[in-house]
Amino acid sequence: MSALLGKLSWDALPYDPIVITTLCVVAVAAFVVAFLVIKNNLLGVLWNDWLTSVDHKRLGVMYIVLAFVMLIRGFADAIMMRLQLALATNGDPGYLPPSHYDQIFTAHGVIMIIFMAMPFMIGLMNIVVPLQIGARDVAFPFLNNLSFWLAVSGAVLVNISLGLGEFAMTGWVAYPPLSGLEYSPGVGVDYYIWALQISGIGTTLTAVNFLVTVFKMRAPGMKLMDMPIFTWTCTWANILIAASFPILTAVLAMLTLDRYLDFHFFTNDGGGNSMMYINLFWAWGHPEVYILVLPAFGIFSEIVSTFTGKRLFGYKSMVWATASISILGFIVWLHHFFTMGSSANVNAFFGIMTMIIAVPTGVKLFNWLFTMYRGRLRVTVPVLWTLGFMVTFTIGGMTGVLLAVPGADYVLHNSLFLIAHFHNTIIGGAVFGYLAGFAFWFPKVMGFHLNVKLGKAAFWCWLVGFFLAFMPLYVLGFLGMTRRLNHTDNPDWNIWLYIAVVGAFVILAGIICQFLQLYVSFRDRKQNLDTTGDPWNGHTLEWATSSPPQFYNFAELPVVSDIDAFTDMKEKGTAYVRKESYAPIHMPRNTMAGIVIGGLITAFGFAMIWHIWWLAIVGLVGSIVTFVVRAYTKDVDYYVQPDEVARIENAHLDNVAKG
Amino acid sequence: MILLLTRILNKVALALMVGLLAGCQGGVLDPKGQVGIEEKQLIIVATLLMLLVVIPVIFMTLYFAWKYREGRDEIYEPKWSHSTKIETIVWSVPIIIVIILAVITWKSTHALDPYKPLEHEKEHINVQVISMNWKWLFVYPDLGIASVNELRFPANVPVAFNISSEGTMNSFFIPQLGSQIYSMAGMVTKLHLIANEPGTFDGISANYSGAGFTGMKFKAIATETEADFDAWVEGVKAQSIEGAINNGVLDQASYEALAEFDLDAHHVEPTPVQYYNSIKSSIFMDNVMKFMKDHGKVELLEGTVFDSKMIHGNSGHGEMSHGDMNHSGMNHEESQHSSHDMHTEAEK
Repeated sequence: MSALLGKLSWDALPYDPIVITTLCVVAVAAFVVAFLVIKNNLLGVLWNDWLTSVDHKRLGVMYIVLAFVMLIRGFADAIMMRLQLALATNGDPGYLPPSHYDQIFTAHGVIMIIFMAMPFMIGLMNIVVPLQIGARDVAFPFLNNLSFWLAVSGAVLVNISLGLGEFAMTGWVAYPPLSGLEYSPGVGVDYYIWALQISGIGTTLTAVNFLVTVFKMRAPGMKLMDMPIFTWTCTWANILIAASFPILTAVLAMLTLDRYLDFHFFTNDGGGNSMMYINLFWAWGHPEVYILVLPAFGIFSEIVSTFTGKRLFGYKSMVWATASISILGFIVWLHHFFTMGSSANVNAFFGIMTMIIAVPTGVKLFNWLFTMYRGRLRVTVPVLWTLGFMVTFTIGGMTGVLLAVPGADYVLHNSLFLIAHFHNTIIGGAVFGYLAGFAFWFPKVMGFHLNVKLGKAAFWCWLVGFFLAFMPLYVLGFLGMTRRLNHTDNPDWNIWLYIAVVGAFVILAGIICQFLQLYVSFRDRKQNLDTTGDPWNGHTLEWATSSPPQFYNFAELPVVSDIDAFTDMKEKGTAYVRKESYAPIHMPRNTMAGIVIGGLITAFGFAMIWHIWWLAIVGLVGSIVTFVVRAYTKDVDYYVQPDEVARIENAHLDNVAKG
Repeated sequence: MILLLTRILNKVALALMVGLLAGCQGGVLDPKGQVGIEEKQLIIVATLLMLLVVIPVIFMTLYFAWKYREGRDEIYEPKWSHSTKIETIVWSVPIIIVIILAVITWKSTHALDPYKPLEHEKEHINVQVISMNWKWLFVYPDLGIASVNELRFPANVPVAFNISSEGTMNSFFIPQLGSQIYSMAGMVTKLHLIANEPGTFDGISANYSGAGFTGMKFKAIATETEADFDAWVEGVKAQSIEGAINNGVLDQASYEALAEFDLDAHHVEPTPVQYYNSIKSSIFMDNVMKFMKDHGKVELLEGTVFDSKMIHGNSGHGEMSHGDMNHSGMNHEESQHSSHDMHTEAEK
């Protein structure tokens, strides 16, 4: 081990042809993107308008870009796994060596949850929540930018592990003692630890930021029980983040101490106990799934009520259902390990608590149904995702309640039935929700519509692909197939494994449609501009702005007197009133502190992984110094002058008048 | 009322089982032991109960979407957003279903508690299970033999397992017989199973434990008669069984030799079946407690009686005992299963 490079040596470079090919493709893609940026002279735009931006809408867009990039990575892992399992039947070893396969299923889980779903959710929340509550930005715009760069930092570390060293071979839960130094001496688990730790801290800061925003910056007149339902679900998700992510931070810190400083929190000997890790991990991990799915529920609520042209049925029920899901979500974690040997009383308690969550969830489903009842449902792409969700998620919920019965879990635990269940809820619930929200808010954010045909094609491919890929896994679970096998030797299983791989390719077609849709819509954007700012006849305040919204969101803070604030304004005729004069608007300045800190923290994480101590010190001290310098900077804000506001507002109102 | 419903559902379940699931071969829907059979019934009853809500919801989703879509001349009430009657129903229907399920859950969780000995006229057979990277060691403490990757016991005789691990966490699982339980180093978990008919069943680890995890399989063989089983025991003792590796005594040295593994192994073949014709009687608890020894607090001596109460604590159910011995937590109930030949002594 050298002082200069730590554990890093030539051995860290990949030898697997699949990895080398992937890296080459990534390198070429990066080169092409860089070339296009420079050729079109976009470097300045990219830096000034995006990377250093503190605008919540632009950060939201960047989060979603991150989510899409990581979706490609995570999905590549998924399709490689399904291919491996379709080829490695009847005792055949397949095409992936176990060491590679084991990294893939670990990376797939980590990426899809932490670096695909979370950024997607946080991206939508960033874009929509301040608009929905009639605020001009979040409470702490710089912190918001920093959170984003911490998320990127984690994602960068995960991707570096592909080219340098290895990723964890532990499964995404990284249970000790397997993830301890004794059984995972390589850098894989360290990549896992630092990627999750850094992005997790970013997530915690986001939650704090948005909680303050929602509690302190609502438009005049908007009481808590007037907040749009998406904002409510995000708020509960943020409460869950603020309460649960510190647990992840702590448990990862303890694992770090075990691995770096020979502590014995979770080791077999020396007084450690791995059960503590497992409990703490799921004390975060279970709320985490509600963090993912609650905002999706909010998205569906907005979509159903918008496209039926109706008020949401049972708003109060919805809010309380969300609240009870959030609170109950904290007392069910043990259902992830009924098979650990707890007593019947303990297992039964946690099983029943879990089932109780089905009640508020069921209420939500019924409320969406009764929102449709006596409505005028326009079957658009967001609505297709919503209907697809309602059917799919109901099945996933049912299998979840089944797994919550300890007696059933004793035979289904860790089987492919479990895999099918959580994909059923995370894809059928969270991902469908985000894609619905993506289609719903895209014209608002970008100012032009998405191509409908390709949107519908993407939906149908995803839906059919989902059923083809995951229903067979339910069957395989019943047939006794456990998770994380790298090859199988049971002829009865083969047919189901083959169907599942076909399903994965149908989902791939869906993802391709999604990207094609982005390309086509961007190409034809001039013909599909949204000039009104209110393409769907929306209910809430985000639709009161132009598309894309003015960078200051609202020239004058709206005064709210109804849950469907914008519908209320349209009915009262106060929606598009031209003002005589405007007051100056106080806005935050962009800052490069976020990206600098993100870069330094990435260097710190990388250095910790490879034991390059000097670089770790430089990275950590550097980031703290940057933060302190930024904290003492006075020039962080400016005023938008009334004439500029008037110009922007009048242009928007002219557009609205033209229709 | 709930009982009646359960009974009806049970009947429907049985009919369905025969019909729909007859095609299933192997796995948890083709159980060959009492525990597995009850768990399968539980799965079916719970599923049917939930379908009572799930099917109407799916149907209503599609029906409402179709009926109230744009362009049809249905009633349109844009401001209708509250109905106490409907809200009461949508809260109470799931609540009722969940109450029924909760009762079923409470009862079945106690009935199927893996730690609870099975009620049976015959005495159970004791087997001590240790998961190693990446193989299973089965010790028969009362018979003085041990085997690797083969678990043999007579059909229709209950088996009591004490389970631990040499290193990483695994899950001891024979899908066709029923419940699984984690194996954890320094701790003992328990499981009770029975085979209702003779046969050879697949046994697996159901918790990923590293490079050789996929190959971590064993055969669970339920012999037709107890005499067959006794003959096998004699065969192991006499080292006369062909087709397996017949080792000598399982003592600490041969245990450690068996436990060796290659962490970086890229292709791990399943370990072939091996037998030990005699054992050091305390081998299981020695290797559970050795993690404490490293800690410098507990000395293990041979040939003295190990008082299991010291591990279990006397608070019983589900409680971990504190202090020096808490590594063998998870031992609730029935201390009769673990009178091990050893002795512990706390070093101050």
